[in-house]
Amino acid sequence: MMSEIIKRMAVRNLRSLTAALSQPASCLGRRSLATSVPPTSTPTPPSGSTISLKSATRDESKYGTRPIYLDVQATTQTDPRVLDKMLQFYTGLYGNPHSSTHSYGWETEKEVEAARKHVADVIGADPKEIIFTSGATESNNMAIKGVPRFYKNTKKHIITTQTEHKCVLDSARHLQDEGFEVTYLPVSTEGLIDLDELRKAIRKDTALVSVMAVNNEIGVIQPLKEIGQICRENKVFFHTDAAQAYGKIPIDVNEMNIDLMSISSHKIYGPKGIGACYVRRRPRVRLDPIITGGGQERGLRSGTLAPPLVAGFGEAARLMTQELAYDKAYIEKLSNKLKNGLLLIPETQFNGVASDQSKQYPGCVNISFAYIEGESLLMALKDIALSSGSACTSASLEPSYVLHALGADDALAHSSIRFGIGRFTTEAEVDYVIKAINERVEFLRQMSPLWEMVQDGIDLNTIEWSGH
Amino acid sequence: MAPTSKQVLQLYKSILSKASKFDNYNFREYFRRKAQHDFKEHKNVADEQQITRLYNEGIDQLALLNRQSAISQMFTFEKLVVEPLKKHH
Repeated sequence: MMSEIIKRMAVRNLRSLTAALSQPASCLGRRSLATSVPPTSTPTPPSGSTISLKSATRDESKYGTRPIYLDVQATTQTDPRVLDKMLQFYTGLYGNPHSSTHSYGWETEKEVEAARKHVADVIGADPKEIIFTSGATESNNMAIKGVPRFYKNTKKHIITTQTEHKCVLDSARHLQDEGFEVTYLPVSTEGLIDLDELRKAIRKDTALVSVMAVNNEIGVIQPLKEIGQICRENKVFFHTDAAQAYGKIPIDVNEMNIDLMSISSHKIYGPKGIGACYVRRRPRVRLDPIITGGGQERGLRSGTLAPPLVAGFGEAARLMTQELAYDKAYIEKLSNKLKNGLLLIPETQFNGVASDQSKQYPGCVNISFAYIEGESLLMALKDIALSSGSACTSASLEPSYVLHALGADDALAHSSIRFGIGRFTTEAEVDYVIKAINERVEFLRQMSPLWEMVQDGIDLNTIEWSGH
Repeated sequence: MAPTSKQVLQLYKSILSKASKFDNYNFREYFRRKAQHDFKEHKNVADEQQITRLYNEGIDQLALLNRQSAISQMFTFEKLVVEPLKKHH
């Protein structure tokens, strides 16, 4: 039995080897293409790809070629209503909002403050507590490095989780180099942290707890209110990275006892290059600023504000509140359709909280397709813009550390794909995606020797792979 | 005086028509879908003040769509894979 399998594997390997040789190295081809082709030209599939975009069921020449955008966790389209607001600042309102001696400064300052109020209103904050930064990464750095550094004489410990965004984990690592201790809380198989573990981890010298609101890869919503309560009881500052959550799930900083929050504009259909950090004033949160200078933004983030970006961000925030009910219902509808359509494929698994709908953000659907490599499925899905995880880590072919933290093995972590649904996704696109994924998964599995073995009823875990 | 139902209908048609002018597929579909939803949602509003307020908002929205659809037509990109190409006449 065993020798028969190995023989079959060898034949397979030989076959795929000859196939690979007959086509110029596909992976290399992809890399060089990415650098040599100017961005304005039509995107072409990687050379040597065996999978055709051509579908038997429709005439491709009658349709466009640009892929469907399903990666809203990476970034979102800029809403035309946001652009409309921003254009005024690129045409007429060009004053420096910090110029207090003339009307050019006054008019932009008024708009900046209006935007600040819109941003604050979404989370029930006071406008004075909003500090504009260059984005959520800067806000995370500011909060995670700033608070412990300010209290470094008495506090030496911070707590975060294993599934945080890279910039949080990296900031924590920097603090370790400076002599702080960091506890990385583990998560359950659904991605949620254990509140008892958090309670146990808090020490007398803990300065900060940082837990993200909505996970960027699996869309899990952490129990913010409970975490906030624990932190307040223990007099520890609570920071949350709300880049994926802001405006999409209800957050109230006072009700949830949040002391610091990172917000990003380009995840809410606003302009790129701006974000904000909420810093509580009562009880006051003090932090060591990273950027010092003219003392703008309460001295926490010096530098001239960019009024076009600030106003665009404000408008995007206002629209998030205005459209909340409609967007929520619409995204939920499409998300359920996509989820149901894809989970019908055999041997698929939903990553995230399946048991409780209220703990899962519907706009993020992460699904593992067993016996397929996520990257090869992405290559086969050139007509859909997707990601196998965070955009920051997709440059490396390493499997997602978030899925690893959930207890997924390498194979499963490699075979997962994240689908992002947003305000501008249409039902026709979701239908197309369901159909395309169904077809391509079947196609790729037919080529996979593992899938064939599973179909034959062989348990893959019992096989002893011989190393060559 | 509140706008008449004829004026409201006219506004609805103008908004739909302007929304259709977006070159970007996703924006075009969104603003059409949103207009349909919004007008349907407020179909039974009887309060004259509220009708006037909503009507004025609609006029602003129409102006915005007019500007933004023009911009969308200035910067065009490839059509999406779900988008049927228009036949050349």
